[in-house]
Amino acid sequence: MATLDAPLIVSSRAQYADSFTLARYLETGGYTALRKALTMFPEDVAHEVDIASLLGRGGAGFPAGRKWSMLRKSPVSYLVVNGDESEPATFKDHFLIERDPHQLVEGVIIAAYALQVNQAFIFLRGEFALGLERVQQALNDAYETGALGSRILDSAFSIDIVLHPGAGAYICGEETALIEALEGKRGFPRIKPPFFPAVTGLYGEPTVVNNVETMSNLPWIINNGGAAFAALGAGRSTGTRLFALSGRVNNPGVYEVEMVKNTFRDLIYDPRFGGGVIDDNAIKAIIPGGVSAPWFGPELLDTPLGQDEVGALGSMLGSGSIVVMDETSCVVRATWRITKFFSRESCGQCTPCREGSGWLERVLYRLEHGGGRVEDLDLLLDLCDNIAPGLGWPPQQTTICVLGSSIPSSIHAAISMFRDDFIDHVQRGGCPHD
Amino acid sequence: MSHFRSDIRQRCVDVLALYPQARSAMLPLLHLAQEQDGYLSDEGIAEVAELTNTTPADVRGTASFYDMFHLEPVGKYVVSICTNIACLLAGGEELLEHACATLGCSVGGTSDDGLFTLEEAECLADCDIAPCVQVNHRYVRSASAESFDAMVEELRSGRLDHDVPGHGTLVRVRRSVGLRAPWGEVVEQRARAREERTARAPKEEKQ
Repeated sequence: MATLDAPLIVSSRAQYADSFTLARYLETGGYTALRKALTMFPEDVAHEVDIASLLGRGGAGFPAGRKWSMLRKSPVSYLVVNGDESEPATFKDHFLIERDPHQLVEGVIIAAYALQVNQAFIFLRGEFALGLERVQQALNDAYETGALGSRILDSAFSIDIVLHPGAGAYICGEETALIEALEGKRGFPRIKPPFFPAVTGLYGEPTVVNNVETMSNLPWIINNGGAAFAALGAGRSTGTRLFALSGRVNNPGVYEVEMVKNTFRDLIYDPRFGGGVIDDNAIKAIIPGGVSAPWFGPELLDTPLGQDEVGALGSMLGSGSIVVMDETSCVVRATWRITKFFSRESCGQCTPCREGSGWLERVLYRLEHGGGRVEDLDLLLDLCDNIAPGLGWPPQQTTICVLGSSIPSSIHAAISMFRDDFIDHVQRGGCPHD
Repeated sequence: MSHFRSDIRQRCVDVLALYPQARSAMLPLLHLAQEQDGYLSDEGIAEVAELTNTTPADVRGTASFYDMFHLEPVGKYVVSICTNIACLLAGGEELLEHACATLGCSVGGTSDDGLFTLEEAECLADCDIAPCVQVNHRYVRSASAESFDAMVEELRSGRLDHDVPGHGTLVRVRRSVGLRAPWGEVVEQRARAREERTARAPKEEKQ
């Protein structure tokens, strides 16, 4: 049974139909954290986030406090919020953006104060038409109430937040590509080093890029203290986290649970969450953290939902999205579709990713649709090895960004776990599920 | 002579004022150009180039990178159906096939009456209501073949005009207040913060 002792830190307002309005936000403690933060020294606000050991919720899981402290020596110029959520089957930021835009805005103002940044940008995925409307309305409301703009809430601090729409490119979730898009260019990830925009970011100046969910945690952390947040979860995975559950489950949705204290099985089977697999089918495999993550078989369902716990088993919690495949799902088709996605979204800068993803997609297509050969399995693994040499975890990188090295994850996992399914496709000359 | 209507032109000018560099306004301005013309016309691209201090070739080169920008005319309604992993497991491919039959066009094509353009989308981040469908980037939640056909009829009759406005993801986004924080104030404030920080933690600063 799942543990539900933890408070809801970021999704507490979702129960209200008008959760996105200023009136509801103020009624439920909105902007008290900002008022409190403004009475503290900026570095003490940053220190609370350090104590909370809040791991970035975007996918890489880098400690937010450490990201900030890299900038302690030089003043930060810009804060950029990454709301370009496009990792397939990830929809938790979408939930926060539409359901609680004020919480996001308050979090951004708190972060800006801690970093002493006067200009922030919220980059939202262009496809979030309603999300863009709600966040802009929240920003308008915040200006109106004096929480944004010049000398906010009678303090000496001034801050402006600009909402920036993306235009449909998965790669813009990569922080340096996002910065390029914010500069009005094609979303090409930048060559590393420097590894962090903290050194050279927007307009070549020091920039902090944080995820929407990371920002949304800040009001609670300031109100309740970093220690209260760190008391939840275990090990390096503190606090709660939003998990987006989809695929072959009865109740797909976004659920906030305490980290580490619950397992994949809890989330999938507990009636308050996933409510079990459709038709009580057996689980074939799950994707534990976005399509860039290697898959888990049903024997790993009791793994706790924690960053290091999942990492130790050769995968990642990544973007917090869990996809369930059951006995009726075709793993070959799933692998082909995921690879087609990467092939479409490769920005085209690096040869291994641009060419490799296309070749992989074509070979997987013929396996799924007839015309595959037994040798194709070795061919696929060889192509994958050219993109991420050694096929280990975390993957070796031959490309500017991690999109390339993410491509082999599902292919390598699917062939290792379900070789017989691929052979079956070859022998039948097509998909048995058609 | 501006190609943009006066209201669109004014919104472009307002957006430009929000950014430290004009080119940063590229994506929002392209959304506005598309809002007026339904796609990126040569005239629209030329005007965005003028506003961002770039060239039409540069604007077109940037726009072509992004899926949401149409370089050729599209239907009044762009229907996007996701077939990525969560939707695949819930019949996204089958729904896309069904949509082709209902609209009488192929993926990427436009219906004969010019009303609908059909797209196969990548994940639209609404995976609990799979397969996910957007029309002009509004979630329409019509996951079954029957509800899809009903939605198409509603669109034809104009009954969904409120829920599904025309092109342009910013069509209802308006920034009502505020410009950038006054720069003089910011500089002053930063200097003060640095002084205060030095005063509080002299040892840390020396390291």
